[in-house]
Amino acid sequence: MYWIVYKTDKDKRMKAIVNVYLKNGVLDPQGKATHHALNSLGFDNIESVRIGKQIILELNSNDIESAKKEVKEMSETLLANTVIEDYDIEIVK
Amino acid sequence: MKKPTVTILQFPGTNCEYDTVYAFEKLGCKTNIIWHKSEEIPKDSDLVVVPGGFSYGDYLRSGAIARFSPVTNALKEYADNGGKVLGICNGFQVLTEMGLLPGALKRNNNLHFISKHQTIKVIDNNNDFLSKCEVGEVLNIPVAHADGNYYVDDEELAQMKENGQILLQYCDANGNPTELNGSVEHIAGVCNKNKNVFGLMPHPERAMDFVLGSDDGVKMLEGIIQK
Repeated sequence: MYWIVYKTDKDKRMKAIVNVYLKNGVLDPQGKATHHALNSLGFDNIESVRIGKQIILELNSNDIESAKKEVKEMSETLLANTVIEDYDIEIVK
Repeated sequence: MKKPTVTILQFPGTNCEYDTVYAFEKLGCKTNIIWHKSEEIPKDSDLVVVPGGFSYGDYLRSGAIARFSPVTNALKEYADNGGKVLGICNGFQVLTEMGLLPGALKRNNNLHFISKHQTIKVIDNNNDFLSKCEVGEVLNIPVAHADGNYYVDDEELAQMKENGQILLQYCDANGNPTELNGSVEHIAGVCNKNKNVFGLMPHPERAMDFVLGSDDGVKMLEGIIQK
């Protein structure tokens, strides 16, 4: 899944933000512990908590199409372990 | 008889390579440690061990960065040609990341680093690794890991069972399966379909002397070095 976000400021570099999280159906022990902690603080209005990580890449290119392709390849090869993880990519231009 | 040669890989952050040398030399093997920049596995290797530790500081995911070290191409070729490979702890994580073993290892369910002696049960001995152990035998082997929570999907698990790839399971002293870290069906060790690549979270190389708590590692490692 991709989102393209256009920035209002004139930062030169395009960024790709990769969010990696455990697949649905794969138990997320950190999310579960955090869910319990939030409940015990009185935040009862939560269906579930999932914890992932965010990897921010500053790119040396300004071409959205090639960035999408390249960052997808990076995600599949290294950034996510697709046996247990899903990912999505945001391109910030 | 020629001594078996055991090659032990070393990444930045590996810390069990010398325990592994000790264990295999005790069993009469010749050992050599090779640095991860090496692009070759010595041709006379009878076994390659990916030892425990924290390769690349466990950054990103345990084993995720080590799997792209130069030596892993040679390791994959060695395994694809039928060479025997054993991954212990972080080595198991590296082998799953490489795709040489099925599944993946997640953070322990209780989020703790678990370090203790643990009883494990032999599920299948129809392979080189556990051929000196009995099915159902309970072994006392130390564990020390934060990411040992084995995950594999139901479909693959069923195939692995059919092929005899589930090797070891966490259990109590009587052999009843027991919860340790959240692993699917309490799995502690597996092998690939061809039964030449083995991985386990417990550390048999730390269970080589009875005075140190257990010598049950001896029969495990003896199995894997026999011709």
